[in-house]
Amino acid sequence: MSSQEIVFVVLGIVGLGAAVRLVTARNVVHAALYLVVSLAMVGGTYLVLAAEFVAFVQVLIYVGAIVVLLLFSLMLTRAPIGREALDNQQRGISALVALGILAGLAFLIQDAFRDARIEPDATPTGAVGVSIFQNFVLPFELVSVLLLAALIGAVVLARKDLP
Amino acid sequence: MDWLDWVLLLSRVVLVFAGLLVSVLLLIWWERKLVADMQTRIGPNRAGPFGLLVTLADGVKLFFKEGITPTNADRPVYLIAPIISLVPAFLAFAVVPFGAGITLFGREVPFQLQDLSIGILWVLAMGSLAVYGVVLAGWSSGSKYPLLGSIRSSAQMISYEVGMGLALVAVLMYSGTLSMAEIVDRQDGVWNVIPQLPAFVLYAVSALAETNRAPFDLPEAETELVAGYHTEYSGIKFAMFFLSEYLHLITVSAIAVTLFLGGWRGPVFDVVPWLWPPLWFLLKVLGMLFVYIWIRATLPRFRYDRLMNFGWKLLIPAGLLWVLATGALVVLSDVYGRARLFRWTAIAVAVALVLSLLRPVAFPGRDAGRAAAREEAP
Repeated sequence: MSSQEIVFVVLGIVGLGAAVRLVTARNVVHAALYLVVSLAMVGGTYLVLAAEFVAFVQVLIYVGAIVVLLLFSLMLTRAPIGREALDNQQRGISALVALGILAGLAFLIQDAFRDARIEPDATPTGAVGVSIFQNFVLPFELVSVLLLAALIGAVVLARKDLP
Repeated sequence: MDWLDWVLLLSRVVLVFAGLLVSVLLLIWWERKLVADMQTRIGPNRAGPFGLLVTLADGVKLFFKEGITPTNADRPVYLIAPIISLVPAFLAFAVVPFGAGITLFGREVPFQLQDLSIGILWVLAMGSLAVYGVVLAGWSSGSKYPLLGSIRSSAQMISYEVGMGLALVAVLMYSGTLSMAEIVDRQDGVWNVIPQLPAFVLYAVSALAETNRAPFDLPEAETELVAGYHTEYSGIKFAMFFLSEYLHLITVSAIAVTLFLGGWRGPVFDVVPWLWPPLWFLLKVLGMLFVYIWIRATLPRFRYDRLMNFGWKLLIPAGLLWVLATGALVVLSDVYGRARLFRWTAIAVAVALVLSLLRPVAFPGRDAGRAAAREEAP
């Protein structure tokens, strides 16, 4: 095994372990912290693939913004100080959904790449920008509109004074 | 990389680490002296000459204090929270170039830990990790005032991070690179602070909010929240929070100097030429720190709703507008050339200045009328 593969395996094991602890943790805040570890390991995988830009965007967006917002809303609404079990008793369904997503993704990735070998080489940030704003501009704009719709929806739901 | 490169890298790491720790000790002393001067007090004057050793004495005292863990605390999280708040502050400094570099043993040694090609992103990512220390400390203490403080401060830090990010976006659009060393290289003519003045102001304000210092010290508003998120911390763990606040202040100032004030650039003289760039860098950082301390001694704390309004309704829209304006500026200077654009801007500013001076002459009645109306109003 090359050193890259060793690092990848270590990152994968740590990430998977954190993911398992994430769904089995009794405390929501601990679960959120395991989520941080898991997401950071995904970022580490991007680093192994020499995609610096994507790796640090992963840290910035997922670890630095999304999980922080998650923690913030947890504290603002439920404020689970101490050890408090929060469980919505839907393990069967969620296991089913998770397995379905896993199978779907595995099939798609297997189907798309087959046995193509990808040599990791550093992509300059400019190239990432060019491919987003030239080749993939339509999906990018679609995602923006989707996010805007979600934003407006959240405002509508949150405002009680609207008819 | 052979062993010499590793030795050089390791010595840089140790040098920066030790340098940062010593400068925190001196900074705390300097801040207390300056604030004392501004309030006509004497300030620390017992330990060492001019009270220089006061922080060291405080540190030793905190080391030997008993570390108390509240009964309700979530132990593992309670223990790692101070570490999480300390580490990003150190790491963010890794991409700051503090000198031009020298040639040692026949190879170029940059005065920078590592020049990442995505330096600005690294700074932002580390800044976003810093929130965790505050949030986790407040939550894991298992007590209500720390929890209130940490909810407040996470809202504050998330909000002002957006403003800071927009300021950095404007700089990277203007410089066309994410690498800190290259951004300093681009400033050999004009410092970024002149064409990017709004971004500089935006960065300075939101960086101050990110470091949780007065007038943005709501997370530890002692009149309302005892001491905010670190109420339940004592001894060495409290010292780590204290250390990380000042480290953040230094890092933030160093990044402001690198991005806007030309980094280590300055006139170099013939006497020990390699020493001048770090010296200029140090002087500029001291200048930024002085301004931040001055602000602390001058401005009272924001009210919470004012703070949120200021962040969301003023800083972020202004940042978005300035990013748009910078985009227009970059495209226009690509099309017409930067020199011509500068000339036009200068002419426009001059015309606007002259017009504003002429206004009372051209419309003598208007201002007088308004002043009269103001006096009549109850």
